[in-house]
Amino acid sequence: MNFLTTFSAIVFKEALHLRRDPVTLVVTIAIPIFQLIVFGYAIDMEVKNIPTAVFDADRRAGSRELIAALANTEYFDFRENVSSEAELREAIVSGRARVGIHIPPDFTAGALNGSGSSFQALVDGSDSTVAMQAVNVVNSVGLMQSVGRLGRVDIEKLPVDARPRVLFNPDLKSANFFVPGLVGLIMQIVTVFLTAFAVVREKENGTIETLLATPLSRGGLMLGKLVPYAFVGFFEICVVLTLMRFVFGVRVNGDVGLLLLMCFVFLFTALGLGLLISTAAKNQAQAMQMALLVMLPSVLLSGFVFPRESMPAIIYYFSFLIPLTYFIEILRGIILRGADLSSLWSQALALAVYGAAILSLSTLRFSKKLS
Amino acid sequence: MSEIIKLDKLTRKFGSMTAVKDVSFGVEKGSIFGFLGPNGSGKSTVIRMLCGLLEPTSGDAWLDGASVRENSERIKRNIGYMSQSFSLYRDLTVEENLAFYGRIYGLRRERLRKRIEESMELSGITSKRKQLSGTLSGGWKQRLALACSMLHEPGIIFLDEPTAGIDPVARRDLWELLFQLSKEGVTLFVTTHYMDEAERCTHIGYIFLSELMVCGKPAELKMMPEVTPAGTVWLEASSDRITQALSLMKKAPGVMDATIFGESIHIRAREGFGEREAALALEAGGVSLESFRAVKPSLEDVFVSLTRERLKARGAA
Ligand SMILES: Nc1ncnc2c1ncn2[C@@H]1O[C@H](COP(=O)(O)OP(=O)(O)OP(=O)(O)O)[C@@H](O)[C@H]1O
Ligand SMILES: [Mg+2]
Repeated sequence: MNFLTTFSAIVFKEALHLRRDPVTLVVTIAIPIFQLIVFGYAIDMEVKNIPTAVFDADRRAGSRELIAALANTEYFDFRENVSSEAELREAIVSGRARVGIHIPPDFTAGALNGSGSSFQALVDGSDSTVAMQAVNVVNSVGLMQSVGRLGRVDIEKLPVDARPRVLFNPDLKSANFFVPGLVGLIMQIVTVFLTAFAVVREKENGTIETLLATPLSRGGLMLGKLVPYAFVGFFEICVVLTLMRFVFGVRVNGDVGLLLLMCFVFLFTALGLGLLISTAAKNQAQAMQMALLVMLPSVLLSGFVFPRESMPAIIYYFSFLIPLTYFIEILRGIILRGADLSSLWSQALALAVYGAAILSLSTLRFSKKLS
Repeated sequence: MSEIIKLDKLTRKFGSMTAVKDVSFGVEKGSIFGFLGPNGSGKSTVIRMLCGLLEPTSGDAWLDGASVRENSERIKRNIGYMSQSFSLYRDLTVEENLAFYGRIYGLRRERLRKRIEESMELSGITSKRKQLSGTLSGGWKQRLALACSMLHEPGIIFLDEPTAGIDPVARRDLWELLFQLSKEGVTLFVTTHYMDEAERCTHIGYIFLSELMVCGKPAELKMMPEVTPAGTVWLEASSDRITQALSLMKKAPGVMDATIFGESIHIRAREGFGEREAALALEAGGVSLESFRAVKPSLEDVFVSLTRERLKARGAA
């Protein structure tokens, strides 16, 4: 009974605070939208139009055909023709080109007399994503050319026809892989900050003094502080998911209702994490630092940037402690693979248990005495 | 009379510093208990322990039979607390603050509305109901805090310097209100630095350097032998040139202490120092004595004497 009394009184009060301060409310809602759009576009993993220089010492039909084939892939943007190996190297060192194609003088001749021919691609390895992409494309173009020459076989009827097919993301759009994770990360950032100041603000403003002299229930206080922000967060996530669909063109393949339900579970966990910070911190500056401390592992270890499977064992197990880990798996599962609860139940359960544990911990941690 | 508040060797340390040391006393139901003492003597700390905001380091206290150590949650239902510094929500209006605290105490609908109106009326803040509390002037903030502390009709109200910074008229209104509440059986525990307010209390406790020095009715305190040791008398003299008169009087043989008290001079002197001796002392400086009479010590005299005795005892030890 005391729990409900406290809960409803606190919800009433927090709602008034929110209404009194519309600027903060608008900013908290605007920031994620802004972040999603900026980061969504900026961190596009697809590499196209790599600046490329070419040293063509052959200048006959064979070399022209090769250059055309490379250009056709749209991965290479031939910007420069140079006339020596040294110049080719210099173009890469200076940064004008990231890939240098060196075609030796006997390239066409080797093709005609059957002795075989070779060309060389120099790749700037300072950006591994670009380098990897370039090497793959050069390899496959080389392979296609070789196959084409082998007695003019019909490419359609190769003896062994391996056809890898990418599931769930057939056109390999990086937005598909990237944006759902980004949605999770942004939601975590916003929600943790929403509640991180909730309790510590009362300490800093001195309002805790009168509040603690009342017979309030700790659980009612915690949940009462959480619920109004859960509504803000839920509105937020709906906006962000809409942007994902219509700005980045990422479709939700699974059940939208299940997706929203999972978002709600995650919101409670993340808001609870914010409350835990708030009960531990002595002032708002401390709460800010703690929130940032939680943020970093969430970005790096949740599987958002690096695949968790390739992490060292310790780090891999540590990543189970991060709620965002589960949420990102759920998001990618429902949005990209169209997975349902039967395959995501373990992550969903982990998230719910995590949330309940964090909320209980922050309730227990909240002391009804002044320190 | 039953003691509704009882302290037994209540002690609180902050690190190695003892803010409250072995304080024991009782407060009768329906009384207005004035808790006095210099800055930093531990008044607010005692109140915070009684309200369950601070854990006592040792000792215990009981409010209506419930121990603050074991039953502070039960106690909190029946007390009101007005803290020394404003601690309500600045971004909420007067009415919203009251509505929030009313709800916390479980007041609902009609009853909540009625109590909000009544307490606004009693503390005279009805005209400011829609104003954000952060924009109220100091005195109005005090009134709002007062309204908040009595909203749920508690049996005991703790008021930590309720009249600090409020105007004389509002101060009188507040005391009228306290008398009225006390008549209804509410026990009031008030700290103040104003001697005229202390005189209005039914009981007084005086705390100095973390320790309780005396506790009792104002009249009893004035009769204490420590304040008026055998062979001393309290006198009151007035003169047209009061400052010169004071310095002359201080030097007069037989006078132990003299202070200005309103329009006149309060004197503590050895027995035998009379009107003739006083007139003589003043004449030496060309000042005339206008009136002279024996008086009872004021509460201020009581506190000053006790403090001085205690310091002397300490110095000797
Ligand atoms: N939370 C705290 N931590 C450390 N010391 C404290 C704390 N609260 C109070 N004190 C110390 O305890 C002593 C008593 O403080 P308290 O506030 O009770 O005095 P007070 O009698 O109310 O003074 P005032 O008349 O100025 O309000 C002071 O020396 C103060 O510095
Ligand atoms: Mg104080």
